[in-house]
Amino acid sequence: MDFEAVWVSMQLALWTTITLFVFGLPLAYWLAVTRWSLKFLIEAIVVVPMILPPTVLGFYILIAVGPLSPLGRTYEAVVGRSLAFSFEGLWLASVLYSLPFAVRPFTAAFAGVDRRLVEASWCLGVSRLRTFLRVAFPLSWAGILTGVILSFAHTLGEFGVVLMVGGNIPGVTRTVSISIYDEVQAVNYSQAAMTSLVLLAFSFLALSVTHLVNRKTL
Amino acid sequence: MGVSCSHDEAVAPESASNGREPVQRDRAGRAQPLPLSRNQEVCPDGVEPVATELTAEFEKHFPGGPVVQVALRRPADAFSLTVLFGPSGSGKSTTLRCLAGLDRPERGSIRFGDEIWFDAVRGIFLPPQRRRIGYLFQDNALFPHLRVVQNIGYGLGKIAAAERRVRIEEITTLLGLAGLEDRYPRQLSGGQQQRVALARALVCRPRLLLLDEPLSALDAPTREHLRRQLRHWLVELRMSTILVTHDRIEALALGDHLVVFDAGRVCQSGSVQEVFSAPVDRAVARIVGVDTIERGMIVQVADGLATIQVGPKQLIALAPRRWNGGRDAQVDAQVYVCIRAEDVLLEKKVANTSQSSARNHLLGHIRSVDREGAMMRVNLDCGFPLKALVTHQAYQNMGLRERDEVVAVIKAPAIHLIARD
Repeated sequence: MDFEAVWVSMQLALWTTITLFVFGLPLAYWLAVTRWSLKFLIEAIVVVPMILPPTVLGFYILIAVGPLSPLGRTYEAVVGRSLAFSFEGLWLASVLYSLPFAVRPFTAAFAGVDRRLVEASWCLGVSRLRTFLRVAFPLSWAGILTGVILSFAHTLGEFGVVLMVGGNIPGVTRTVSISIYDEVQAVNYSQAAMTSLVLLAFSFLALSVTHLVNRKTL
Repeated sequence: MGVSCSHDEAVAPESASNGREPVQRDRAGRAQPLPLSRNQEVCPDGVEPVATELTAEFEKHFPGGPVVQVALRRPADAFSLTVLFGPSGSGKSTTLRCLAGLDRPERGSIRFGDEIWFDAVRGIFLPPQRRRIGYLFQDNALFPHLRVVQNIGYGLGKIAAAERRVRIEEITTLLGLAGLEDRYPRQLSGGQQQRVALARALVCRPRLLLLDEPLSALDAPTREHLRRQLRHWLVELRMSTILVTHDRIEALALGDHLVVFDAGRVCQSGSVQEVFSAPVDRAVARIVGVDTIERGMIVQVADGLATIQVGPKQLIALAPRRWNGGRDAQVDAQVYVCIRAEDVLLEKKVANTSQSSARNHLLGHIRSVDREGAMMRVNLDCGFPLKALVTHQAYQNMGLRERDEVVAVIKAPAIHLIARD
C-alpha cells in the first residue's frame, strides 16, 4: 500500500472537512432560516457538484486556478507558486466537490429544528449567534456529525477532480484513489486490492456511524 | 404614591423597600418587591414615560393571501388583558407576530411608549431581542435539550448566580412548578409545559406579554384549570398582556378588552361586555356567537322602545340611540336583530297569557333540539328561526318534544339592533 498517498488523502480530507465545517455551517444555517425568495439558486449551486461529472468540475476548477485566471494569477503573485497542481489547489477543489455532502445534511439538520424554538429564543432577548450556539447547534448535532463524516469520506474517495486539478505528484497531490488506479495500470492487482479493501472498510464504517447517530436521535 | 418609575428598579434587598415601591407579601408574610419590577442589568435602557401606551397601526401582506390591517392602541404600563379574537385566518396571530418583531409589516408603525419598534417610512425595525417582550407559543416551544430550570433561566443573560436563583425560585413558586426543576420538557404534562413556558417568559420581566392561543393545545380539564390561574397570575404580576384566541369562553373569562378580527381587519374594539352584548355589525355578531341574527325593520319608536317587524312577528327592543354617526333610530330603518340563545326563555303555551314584565312573547313550535352537556339548544320556528338555550332538566320537566308549541319569552334589552344598509 502506498502510505504516502494515504497520508496525502488523509490530510486533504481533514483540511477539506475543517473548511466545510467552518464555512458550510453558517451557509447551511442561513439556508435553513432565510426566507429570501432567491435562495433556491444558492441551494442549486450547492448541489451542482453532486450532479456534475467530476471531470467537468475538475476542468472548470483547473481553469479557475490556472495561471491565466485572476484567482490563479493573484495566488501566484502573493504566494510565489502556482495554485494548479498544488496541494492548496486540490484542497480548494475538494471543498467545492464535497460541498453538498456537508451543506445538505447540515441544512436538513437545521431545518429539522423547530423554527419556533429559534423564535422563542429571540423573544427571550438572546442574539441570533447565541441562539445558534445554544439551540440550533445542540439540537442538530447528529446531522452535523453526518455532514462531517460524509464530507471526510467523500473527499477520501475522490478521483476525477483530483486527477484534473492535482495532477499526480507523489507526496503532494497523489491521493489514495489515484494510487489504486496506478497500481491497476501497472497490473499490480494485489496492491490495488489491498488499498481498495481499506477504503471500502473505511466507507462502510463511516456510513454505519452516521446511520447509528441519526437513529439514536429519533 | 409615586409608582411611575418603580418598574425599572432592580429587585431590591428587603431593607431597601421604601414605601414608594409597590410591595407584596409572600406566603411567609415577608415583604418583597413585586416580581414585575424590572432589572437594570437585563433591561439596560432607561426611564419610561408615566403612561406607556402600545400603538400599532400597520399592514402586513402575504403573497397570495389576505392583507392584515391593524389599528390598536392599548395601555401597557399596568395590568390589562387585551384579547385578539376572531376565526382562524383572520389575522390575529399575524398581528401578535408583528408586535413581537417576528414578522415585519409592509406599512405603518408600531410604538411602545416613546420607543419606535417599527416604522415603515423611516425604515426602523427593532428585532424581537430588543423589544423586551414575552411571547408564549401555542405549543409552548420549550427547549427539549434543556431541563426545566435551564429553560426558565434561558433568557436571564449575565446576572449574578444568586439573583438568578432567587428570580427562578420566585417564578417557579408562583406558577407552582417547584420540584420539577430537574425534569426535561418531555417528562412534563401539557399543563406543566405551558406553565414552564410562561415562567420562562415572565422571569425576564417583559414589558408586554404576548400569548398566542396559550391554552388551545391542552386537554379540556387542564385548560379550564389553567385559564382560571392565568388571569390570577397576570393580575398579580401586573402584566400588560395581549392574548390571541378563537375560543369564546377564553375571551370572556380572561379578557378586559376585546379586539375582534375578521378577514384581516379589526372589526370592533371595546370592553368584553360591550363587544359581546353590542356587536357593531353582523360579522362581529356572528364571531362573538350571537345565535339568532335576523333581518328586520323598525316600524315604530316610542318611549325609548322600538318595535321591529321580523318576518310575520313584531319584537320590542330598546330603541338604539346615536347609531350610524349620531342619528337615533328611526322608523323604516333596516336592522339586524341579534338575540342570544341564553336570553330566550321557553314557556308552555297556556290559554290565557299570564302577566309578565318581558315585552316579547312569541308563539312558535320546536323544530329540533341539540344536547350540549347539561344544556339543550332548541331551534324554534316563530315565523322566523329563533334559538333558545335551556337546561336539559327544564326541557324534560316541561315535557317538551319536537313539534310542540311553545312561547318564547325575550326581554326588550336582550334584543340588540344593528343598522343594516
